[in-house]
Amino acid sequence: MSGRVLVGVKRVIDYAVKIRVKADNTGVVTDGVKHSMNPFCEIAVEEAVKLKEKKLVKEVVAVSCGPQQSQETIRTALAMGADRGIHVEVSGKDYETLGPLQVSKIMAALAKKEDAQLIILGKQAIDDDCNQTGQMTAALLDWPQGTFASEVTLDGDKIKVVREIDGGLETIKINTPAVLTADLRLNTPRYATLPNIMKAKKKKIANVKPADLGVNLTSRLEVLKVEDPPQRQAGMKVETVEDLVGKLKEAGKV
Amino acid sequence: MLGVFQTTQKLRTSLRLLSRAGLPPVDLQVQLLLRGRCPQSATFSRELHLGPGGSASSPAAAPQRLPFSRVTVEDLTFFRKTLPGRAITDPDLVQSSNEDWLKSVRGSSEVLLRPQTTQEVSQILSYCQSRNLAVNPQGGNTGLVGGSVPVYDEIILSTSLMNNILSFDKISGILTCQAGCVLENLSLYLEERDYIMPLDLGAKGSCQIGGNVATNAGGLRLLRYGSLRGTVLGLEVVLADGQVLDCLSTLRKDNTGYDLKQLFIGSEGTLGVITAVSILCPRKPKSVNVVFLGCETFDQLLKSFQLCKGMLGEILSAFEFLDSECMRLLNTHLKLANPISDCPFYIVIETSGSDSDHDSQKLHNFLEEAMTSLLVTDGTVATEESKIKTLWSMRERVTEALTHDGFTYKYDISLPVERIYQLVTDMRQHLGERARSVVGYGHVGDGNLHLNITSSAKDPALLASIEPFIYEWTAKFQGSISAEHGLGLKKRNYIYYSKSRPTVAVMGKMKTLLDPKGLGVQWRVFPPCQRSRCAGEPGRWRSTPPSPSPPTSPPQLAAGSRTASHFHGIE
Repeated sequence: MSGRVLVGVKRVIDYAVKIRVKADNTGVVTDGVKHSMNPFCEIAVEEAVKLKEKKLVKEVVAVSCGPQQSQETIRTALAMGADRGIHVEVSGKDYETLGPLQVSKIMAALAKKEDAQLIILGKQAIDDDCNQTGQMTAALLDWPQGTFASEVTLDGDKIKVVREIDGGLETIKINTPAVLTADLRLNTPRYATLPNIMKAKKKKIANVKPADLGVNLTSRLEVLKVEDPPQRQAGMKVETVEDLVGKLKEAGKV
Repeated sequence: MLGVFQTTQKLRTSLRLLSRAGLPPVDLQVQLLLRGRCPQSATFSRELHLGPGGSASSPAAAPQRLPFSRVTVEDLTFFRKTLPGRAITDPDLVQSSNEDWLKSVRGSSEVLLRPQTTQEVSQILSYCQSRNLAVNPQGGNTGLVGGSVPVYDEIILSTSLMNNILSFDKISGILTCQAGCVLENLSLYLEERDYIMPLDLGAKGSCQIGGNVATNAGGLRLLRYGSLRGTVLGLEVVLADGQVLDCLSTLRKDNTGYDLKQLFIGSEGTLGVITAVSILCPRKPKSVNVVFLGCETFDQLLKSFQLCKGMLGEILSAFEFLDSECMRLLNTHLKLANPISDCPFYIVIETSGSDSDHDSQKLHNFLEEAMTSLLVTDGTVATEESKIKTLWSMRERVTEALTHDGFTYKYDISLPVERIYQLVTDMRQHLGERARSVVGYGHVGDGNLHLNITSSAKDPALLASIEPFIYEWTAKFQGSISAEHGLGLKKRNYIYYSKSRPTVAVMGKMKTLLDPKGLGVQWRVFPPCQRSRCAGEPGRWRSTPPSPSPPTSPPQLAAGSRTASHFHGIE
């Protein structure tokens, strides 16, 4: 048992930023826009670091797929307590079409290469809201999955996961190795403190290409159009009930 | 007994009534002031507002109402004609404008006017001048010295509907807007155009730019962008007689005659009503970092400040501090968790620059140096918008946390930087167990301390311990008793702790020049004995001054400083 955990971290547009659609409707403006780690990935990193502090796992490896700037995201994970990082270089056209299927193939390949016991991911990314990478990774590896985890307990070679589902909370027990995806209430991510930020600068980030892992990045999806949601129309005030009925009739609603 | 109480027969009756309850006289006066009402007299309760809880013989007592006219039906007709639908007399609606944000002072105005244009303001003021009606201009009503609400039944003139942006020059960054624009809205407008406002304060969601200028607000960015005296390029002001003074220039440099706008900046509404502002705005920085640090001693904090200025220099845009008591209040009342470990002092540092690589490099060098030289014991850095907001809220929400801790006594003092925390420790020692919390925080980079004291309820004995101790302490080190909040109503009697008599006398002359009838904001900035001296016109509107209430003891003076005659409240 290597006791190694892989944590996937994605670099996304910061959630406090106002999103603007590109003039040609092919996507959103990302140039010069503030990016940061996906909030659910932060929760995933926090959970992995907590497990290491409890001495239930031995090493936390942070992984990110993307261009050069993804290294910043890995550094943040290192500052939170991850031991080392792996940057899978994907840039240009490949990065624009990078989706859950390709990322899950990469994660699966890395899990085998690094002999990982556990993969923790955020339940979804706040830019595409796909909520697919965790599930696909588990399927490719033929590992059990504990998704939407709000509580994780390691119990020998099994894991007890409390999941947030529509009907309430569901508790399951799964074997290791396994894939977990973090939900909002799993934990509160720590602030990276200065001593850790300084230490993180010395931790290693390895550079890997998808081809080295034998992963084909071609996408089977094509984005046709990206547009703003329709502007909310101002309401109208009416004086009497007759006016209201009249306006509703005009609008063809009655 | 004070002159204030000698005039009302009804008051004597009520005093007799209450004295049957067996309360000694001093407490009686205090009770009356606190409740502002008594069983016998509705009129009395209208005439006296909730003072800051001072005992009747303290300078903080309510001033006497001057003999300006009362609002009549004809007046209301005029207002309703001039401002259709915007002359408000519904008590429920006027109520919130009668009370300040801290809920510490309340007036009894019955009329709230909401003009939309400078012309309407001019019409109102000239009408009020002719009818001898007193007017109280009001912006966002977020002032902390009781200067924004009426003392008696002055008409409230609100600029809330004057919220249009008039123009913005993308090349020079000069913004021209009406005085009622909310600061946060201006910030959002500018941010879309890659600029920012040169000032920022916790009240940004409600405060209006006209009020900011009238108070000469400082805020969190003063360290970097300077004060409003430098960034405001022009003002449009309506004087007490309705005359519109158009000094709304958009030029950086204009040395043609006296710069009148400087008079109005910081005048707290006493010289005229600001109706439009033109202000120079800086470019939005591409890279903003916020650092939250913990220090063991104030001395280390000051050394960190020196290191900061040396290593971060031109990218430093804010340097604020709070103490462990503030952190305790944030944890308890607002459930905000401490981002780092518990330390006696916390610093919030913000850097703003045009190149994120350059800035993070400088920042990392500074942090490495601060940590290795043990000036700083813990800290965290934020580069993401969401985390930056969270770290700033630790400093910005202290004011809010204090309101949950009980009744707050707020002080805003300028001191030599090395003395700042000494005042807090001396005050704690001086008050002992009588106060619930004594906290210090503020713009340490500007030498500005916000000292706040809380108690479970308004406590006149506590107030008597705090004042004039705090003002004398400040005067001892030639500090300012009000660094950025202004004097308003609450501090009007203490101006002599920071300004000499001849200076204040000239100020009085300016007030008389621009508001000869005294119908504009009264009972702010000047103590009563000064008002009685600025009777430029012996017209019937000039009241016979009440016996001047002296400061309780002359300020202590450091040896070798200005002569005593400058500081006596009475001659």
